[in-house]
Amino acid sequence: MSVVTDQVDLSLKYTAHYNEVKNALFEDSAEVLNAQRKKAFQDFVKQGIPTRKDENYKYTNLQPSFATDFEFVHEKTVLATANEEVFKCDVPNLNTNLALIQNGWFRKDGKGDLPAGVIFDSLEKIANEKPELLAAYGSIANTEEDPMVALNTAFAKDGFFLYVPKGVIVESPIQIINILKNDVDTYATQRNYIYVEAGAKAQVLWCDHTLNSNQYLSNSVTEIFVGDNAEMEFYTVQNQHNKATNLNSVFVKQGRDSRATTHTTTLHGGMIRNNLKFMLDGENAEAHMYGMAFMDRKQHVDNFTQVIHAVPHCESNQLYKNVLDEQSSGAFSGRIHVVRDAQKTNAFQRNNNLLLTDEATMQTKPQLIIDADDVKCSHGATIGQIDEEALFYLRARGIDEDKARLMMMNAFTHEVVNEIKIEALRDRIDDLVDKRLSGDLARCHECDYQCECD
Amino acid sequence: MLKIKDLYVSVEGMEILKGINLEVKPGEIHAIMGPNGSGKSTLASVLAGKEEYEVTSGEVIYDGENLLDKSPEDRAKDGLFLSFQYPVEIPGVPMVNFLKSSVNEHRKHQGLKELTAGEFLKLMREKMDMVDMHPNLTNRSVNEGFSGGEKKKNEIFQMALLEPKLAILDETDSGLDIDALKTVANGVNALRSPERSAIVVTHYQRLLDYIVPDYVHILYKGKIVKTAGKELALELEEKGYDWIKTEMAG
Repeated sequence: MSVVTDQVDLSLKYTAHYNEVKNALFEDSAEVLNAQRKKAFQDFVKQGIPTRKDENYKYTNLQPSFATDFEFVHEKTVLATANEEVFKCDVPNLNTNLALIQNGWFRKDGKGDLPAGVIFDSLEKIANEKPELLAAYGSIANTEEDPMVALNTAFAKDGFFLYVPKGVIVESPIQIINILKNDVDTYATQRNYIYVEAGAKAQVLWCDHTLNSNQYLSNSVTEIFVGDNAEMEFYTVQNQHNKATNLNSVFVKQGRDSRATTHTTTLHGGMIRNNLKFMLDGENAEAHMYGMAFMDRKQHVDNFTQVIHAVPHCESNQLYKNVLDEQSSGAFSGRIHVVRDAQKTNAFQRNNNLLLTDEATMQTKPQLIIDADDVKCSHGATIGQIDEEALFYLRARGIDEDKARLMMMNAFTHEVVNEIKIEALRDRIDDLVDKRLSGDLARCHECDYQCECD
Repeated sequence: MLKIKDLYVSVEGMEILKGINLEVKPGEIHAIMGPNGSGKSTLASVLAGKEEYEVTSGEVIYDGENLLDKSPEDRAKDGLFLSFQYPVEIPGVPMVNFLKSSVNEHRKHQGLKELTAGEFLKLMREKMDMVDMHPNLTNRSVNEGFSGGEKKKNEIFQMALLEPKLAILDETDSGLDIDALKTVANGVNALRSPERSAIVVTHYQRLLDYIVPDYVHILYKGKIVKTAGKELALELEEKGYDWIKTEMAG
């Protein structure tokens, strides 16, 4: 018996494109970026675009996302978006240092009020002018473990770069508004790099938007290095339309006594995959990973986390919650790896999911690999519906069913919202979540763009 | 005010209430007593609008309208209040938000202006004093981590805030010490007026020392088998329920 298959290997299109543009990529880019390019490409060729046979992509089928004929944006394009329009998507009462990234390309107007020595700029520019600051480029974003990271590294040219020198505390959050807007269906590559030196402190807010209804595939990689005794908070708000695929890989490496927090709010988007990998590399480092997603229609969200406890006396804490409506689907895979002799490790993980319909689905997979004997690790996962008893209690006090449901859903994710340390942002997210749950919002509601985001 | 006519109610195919007739006039307090499993809590829940109870026949008229057609929230806003036997914990819903929503939904329904945060807090403090509730409790989520007694007090506190026309107390006294019992009774008595009524569901006569009923009904196997004045409660206390059972069997 023979099996006939008409499935095309979609990765061929990407390898062909790479071969077409590689000379220009190498010519235009700094050595520090090019040094990784060739190997990254080879790693992509080896792995290809993942199918569901790939264990790491078992619950997320990327094949349909890659089937579109995308245009690539390898050159900086003139941004047709006025800054004041983007400011409307800003968080009220939040004084930030703002930059814009369109289709993967960085732009910043004005200087902001950054302390002396702090550099917040385009990755491309820093790669050309101060490559020594990118010494660790590619060192934690491993191209052998994920083909999407490999593909990003092969095409990487620009994104945002943040450097906070030793002991410097950046008071105002740094905000990057990340927009996808092009005349045609577009594949965007974004490569980011954050380096917070010993004793320094910074907060970054990264917001994703799609500004018209074309199809988009955004493949971004962010490497974050947190020095000894440094503090880093990295907030992500994802708000893209149903025809957007968002592949977002974040890598964090922490030094001794450092503290890093990632917090991801997924309000909207067609297909979302968040890879998050923490490497706890110095004793007494503390990592907090929070995420929440609100999905409906046929949207899909997959949070794929890994924490490596490489040394003793570290703590990691993961909390992910999903509210899934209609036919939406979600996945959570969380791996905790305590390496040999990383004694006195505390590692906790929790994933709670609320399914609002019979058609919504959730896959959750905790994974603990523990090669030390004196550790405290725990994981827990729940998938459930709204508590009908509680709903009745609220209704019996005169609160309408819709409002009571809303209160219950808000209550469910409240715990995650509460972990946002920036008060103005917490209020904003609270408001956005409320609007999202009550059906009033698909995106930033003060934004005037007619996104046609269905 | 409330007229229950020949009410039959089933849960998952099992008939629990088998022809209840009861009339509560404005200003009256009715006690419903009876052994475990007689249908007391079912009656309270059906009146509040709990959906898993199926009314197979009969009707309930409240303030001239068919109560059974209404949603639980509309019943509440029309002045019917159930003090839950087992108040549920709702982590993540802050007490203050919950109470403020509840009070304002009632006010909207009555055509009154919604209370501002400041006005609401003032009202809340006043009523908390009345039921002797610890101020810290309103900083928590609804009923979260409350002791059994605190949960019951919280029910009476909500009742005091909402000032219902008809309060149904479903075994609010169970598990309370004597001081808490008095607090609960004071809360109920403070609301007594010629326009307001209450149905007090209880196992024990004890509560009725403090909330003096106009009528006492004995519910047994889904039917009201005996109705009398407050002296019936004392008789029950003395003799237990066995004589009712014997009487019914005979």
